[in-house]
Amino acid sequence: MREITYRDALREALSEEMQKDETVFLLGEDIGRCWEGAFKVTKGLAEKFGDERVRDTPISESAIVGAAVGAAITGMHPIVEIMFGDLTTLAMDQIANQAAKIRYMFGGQVEVPLVVRTPFGGGVNIAAHHSQSLEAWFMHIPGLLVALPSTPYDAKGLLKTAIRGGDPVMFCEHKLLYPIKGLIPDEDYTVPFGVAEVRSEGKDVTIFATSFMIHKALEAARMLKKEGVSVEVMDPRTLVPLDKAKLISSVQKTGRLVIVSEGCKTAGVTAEIAAVVAEEAIDYLDAPIKRVAEPDTPIPFSPPLERYVLPNEKRIIKAVREII
Amino acid sequence: MDKAKMVKIYRKMLEIRFFEEKVFELYGQNLVPGTIHLYAGQEAVAVGVCENLREDDYIVSTHRGHGHCIAKGAKLDKTMAEILGKKTGYCKGKGGSMHIADFSIGMLGATAVVGAGLPIATGAGLSIKLRGTDQVVACFFGDGASNQGTFHEAINIAAIWKLPVLFVCENNLYAMGTCQTQVMLLKDIAKRASAYGIPGVSVNGNNVLDIFEVAQEAGKRARNHEGPTLIECKTYRHKGHSRFDPATYRPKEEVKAWLEQDPLHQFKKWLLEAGNVETTYLDQIEKQVITAIESAVKFAKDSPYPDPHEALEDVHAEWR
Repeated sequence: MREITYRDALREALSEEMQKDETVFLLGEDIGRCWEGAFKVTKGLAEKFGDERVRDTPISESAIVGAAVGAAITGMHPIVEIMFGDLTTLAMDQIANQAAKIRYMFGGQVEVPLVVRTPFGGGVNIAAHHSQSLEAWFMHIPGLLVALPSTPYDAKGLLKTAIRGGDPVMFCEHKLLYPIKGLIPDEDYTVPFGVAEVRSEGKDVTIFATSFMIHKALEAARMLKKEGVSVEVMDPRTLVPLDKAKLISSVQKTGRLVIVSEGCKTAGVTAEIAAVVAEEAIDYLDAPIKRVAEPDTPIPFSPPLERYVLPNEKRIIKAVREII
Repeated sequence: MDKAKMVKIYRKMLEIRFFEEKVFELYGQNLVPGTIHLYAGQEAVAVGVCENLREDDYIVSTHRGHGHCIAKGAKLDKTMAEILGKKTGYCKGKGGSMHIADFSIGMLGATAVVGAGLPIATGAGLSIKLRGTDQVVACFFGDGASNQGTFHEAINIAAIWKLPVLFVCENNLYAMGTCQTQVMLLKDIAKRASAYGIPGVSVNGNNVLDIFEVAQEAGKRARNHEGPTLIECKTYRHKGHSRFDPATYRPKEEVKAWLEQDPLHQFKKWLLEAGNVETTYLDQIEKQVITAIESAVKFAKDSPYPDPHEALEDVHAEWR
């Protein structure tokens, strides 16, 4: 095992899969040798694999994803980087109407092995156009898979699974996770989709959290432990497919559920998870489900304003206390 | 061009025309669910372009796509079955008239979002470049699509990377009911090519031989790694935009003038007068085409509908 950052873990996955499979290539804005990615995930890759396989593109999100779709259905394995998750909106037709539907619409004739990597999330004071978390949009489009790695181990393992699969994957990274460190094995490994991970075992309450919020949930769990509250923290790792069985069995054990996710509350990730549990496991609940998400506002710029809207450990603790 | 090739072109155009007339007839009998966008009147474009393509070349099509499928070599029976929503159709009844694909012949599918096919064609071109083959892509789209942002984005990318794509704009003058003159100041869409530093050619879209020549030249450029070409084919749809659209927004004199320029009749006339082909031979081909289409209709009609639960299949790939 060795300790590396989330950013380096992503880069290792890209590099190893490109080494292994020459149909794998990268395209996106400023990912090549001049800039090496807005968050430096592709640093050194153009040097190593050349400008043909690490392609800088014009600022044309719709055509970038569309070109990746066209390449994916003709024998290649493109990996797109969209510089900020907010900008996936510019490519939404190609994501939602083309990539997601081509396999189905054409009766299963073809696979669309396409990965769209993009960073979501707030916390770095870059306001409403660079801070959203839109993963719920993608959950709503049948045909897409949605991954949200929260650790370097998962970043590498899930990305490899995404690249080796045959489906379009919205690979949702988080700006604040890039520098975090974690242990990964030296040998090749993958992390399967649809298998949740219990990050901390507990018996009084389940906190279901995604992406960077896992770390806030773990912090909250540590603080609650001092008060004698035993918290189970569950990380779904992929929202599509969703590991419903593990979620429900945790709720069965604890009887209480707090759901934490960036992205606004209405019709968001927390809403869907609450609905799943309400529909399939309401009898196990001893208290109302609590949701910790962003209020229904755009992400504001000024630090005190942004801090106010983003979920944090205090809000998670408050939600837990309300149902304990 | 040799005689066999000329006759093949005629046969393909005839297949499309009769196929579309049959679809219209079946639609009137309530056998076609949903809507239809007929290709009749534009046959010269699909055939003139596709006769320059190999089986391993690609095309990307639109909501008005039956003609593209047939021109690229799709089977009439599976195409008709898909239009009727049958299990035996190309897409097992999941796509319908607006979403036919046949990946076995490089028909990468029809998208019904206007303009969405251009980036996909650019991507197929990129794939060809990265794989290092000498295939080409023909991307069909309409005058309406040339006003989408994807037109700009996709052609620009194809131009800078010198991708082997033929961007074929079928300018039939109307985007649904909106006339070209209402939505652009340019008369020739091909002039937009200069904005991307690539050749743009306007051609009589009802003259299959002219289109064949222009597409041949563009195809050579593409296979020689010289990049994309924008080809504007000025043509006219015989029917309305969709279903029973009577197309009353089109002036009667205009319709009359274009019908007189019917691409199929013009080419037939040329074959008889200049091509040295016998009337009896063309009559024979006509009979064969009618028989082939009758047989496709029978196949489609006799085929079962999909089982309802098949609606849940094909959403995701098999996991490796």
